[in-house]
Amino acid sequence: MFPMIFRRGLVGAMLLASLASLPAAAQTEKALLNVSYDPTRELYADFNNAFSKYWKEKTGEVVKISQSHGGSGKQARTIIDGLEADVATLALAYDIDEIAERSGKLPKDWQTRLPNNSSPYTSTIVFLVRKGNPKGIKDWNDLAKPGVSVITPNPKTSGGARWNYLAAWGYALKTNGGDEAKAKEFLAAIFKNVPVLDSGARGSTTTFVQRGLGDVLLAWENEGFLSINEFGPDKFEVVVPSLSILAEPPVTLVDEVAKKHGTTDVAKAYLDYLYSPEGQKLAAKHYYRPRKPELADPADNARFPNVTLFTIDDVFGGWQKAQKTHFADGGTFDEIYQPK
Amino acid sequence: MAAAASRRVLPGFGLTLGYTVGYLSLIVLIPLSAALIKTFSLSWEHFWQIVTAPRVVASYKLSFGTSLLAAAINSVFGLMLAWSLVRYSFPGKRIIDALVDLPFALPTAVAGIALTAIYAGNGWIGQFTEPLGLKIAFTPIGILIALVFIGLPFVVRTVQPVLQDLEAEYEEAAASLGANRWQTFTRVVFPLLLPALLTGFALAFARAVGEYGSVIFIAGNLPMISEITPLIIITKLEQYDYVGATAVATVMLFVSFALLLVINGLQAWTSRRMGRAR
Repeated sequence: MFPMIFRRGLVGAMLLASLASLPAAAQTEKALLNVSYDPTRELYADFNNAFSKYWKEKTGEVVKISQSHGGSGKQARTIIDGLEADVATLALAYDIDEIAERSGKLPKDWQTRLPNNSSPYTSTIVFLVRKGNPKGIKDWNDLAKPGVSVITPNPKTSGGARWNYLAAWGYALKTNGGDEAKAKEFLAAIFKNVPVLDSGARGSTTTFVQRGLGDVLLAWENEGFLSINEFGPDKFEVVVPSLSILAEPPVTLVDEVAKKHGTTDVAKAYLDYLYSPEGQKLAAKHYYRPRKPELADPADNARFPNVTLFTIDDVFGGWQKAQKTHFADGGTFDEIYQPK
Repeated sequence: MAAAASRRVLPGFGLTLGYTVGYLSLIVLIPLSAALIKTFSLSWEHFWQIVTAPRVVASYKLSFGTSLLAAAINSVFGLMLAWSLVRYSFPGKRIIDALVDLPFALPTAVAGIALTAIYAGNGWIGQFTEPLGLKIAFTPIGILIALVFIGLPFVVRTVQPVLQDLEAEYEEAAASLGANRWQTFTRVVFPLLLPALLTGFALAFARAVGEYGSVIFIAGNLPMISEITPLIIITKLEQYDYVGATAVATVMLFVSFALLLVINGLQAWTSRRMGRAR
């Protein structure tokens, strides 16, 4: 344990040292900083290795990639406040929109620059329930029933929770013929069943898994799989609702920073590599749905259950609009807790 | 001459004052005024609308209410702890003395997670209280417990030295003059301890109002019920509402400052009454 910590500290120190001596070594060695959100930690640890190897073979250049993880909104804020990220890979487009809007470090049309809305992999929202599904939870309407305890993070602070909220809203619209008032009532009924609002997705997972609170956790599909892997299929199972949202975690180059660092070409190649067979394979391995499943390992693909997905653009007219209607101060989420 | 008459041990009053003001500005005043200046970009109506929103007002009540209550609880039990540490000797006393400081040293997030694990429905203590209908974790009671935990050392450490200086002769004199134990405590010992106790109360209170790390894990964070004001500020930041966040922070700052001023005034008044004017 001790030597391990020591070694990590040493690696950290060496990383810092290498960052500090960056200008001198710029010719032979490049450094990239990828600022990402919480549950991509394992994916990018793997992907960075693969990319460094690929880049070395292709150009002979050594590229050192550092990762930073945290809540998506918080990460966006640190970039706005000056963290020099060459690429940003966040949970939702709204956060990158805000970086473009507030810092001007990338153009506002950033999302059109890469294929598939700049999201090389997708995910969705599923239910994690306790083994045997004692409350018989099958679909979104079961979450609104009295006596069911639902765990989700706070949509005001968590990107994942916004996807949860919008998925439930989309289901309610569809089952009520597009009636917005009914959808709000439905969401209010669900949130009446929420005993704790953690600030982030990992916090909610802890509440559900470790504290034993709640009958069902609304989670990213990849988080659900990771929880089962870690705590055993004898404890939890994933329930897939009849309808859910297509969560598109987008990636982008932060133009101004990359230009300043002289890393534009390698940063672009890094993002393109996410769309390559190797990148798609790694995404699927880490429980993200690849955009081109034919490139991924069929065994990995088989783990993703079939589910009808709708997009945020179809139902809500994009993130800017969804954010304003639902999550801004005075939006539908606030009204659930303080009815006018 | 006047200068010679009031000769001080360390020379350079000008230097000292300059240093004091400069240091305070750098560490305290400049960051705080940055918050204020950000707030000034709001119109008065808009500011008022933000800081009096029902959710925000509910959080003030919760934050200041639980903080005052936690400081009060700490005053009672901190005094008892300090008393037994000073007046009695027993095996393991030094270990207990050191334990008191632990809440200072522990990262608050660790404290929060540990407390939550213990008081949650499946925790050591929570599993016994919840069948009785007493939910602790994820309710305001949980917040109170976290605040009592982090505030404990303040009262003990401010009362302890005063208690050590308090000669047992006072009590003997009171007894020989015919006072019973209760009278000795309420008329002699307690008034002497009160100024220190108030200082400890103020410190514990101030610490509790600003506490985020430990509370956030145990609070449940439900709007209108268990959302503390620091969480409201963080929530606004997460939504890129920097101005709204500083507006709420400014209100918190002024209320805390006013309350601390009152407590410090009270403390000065009591120590003057005891003839120990500073």
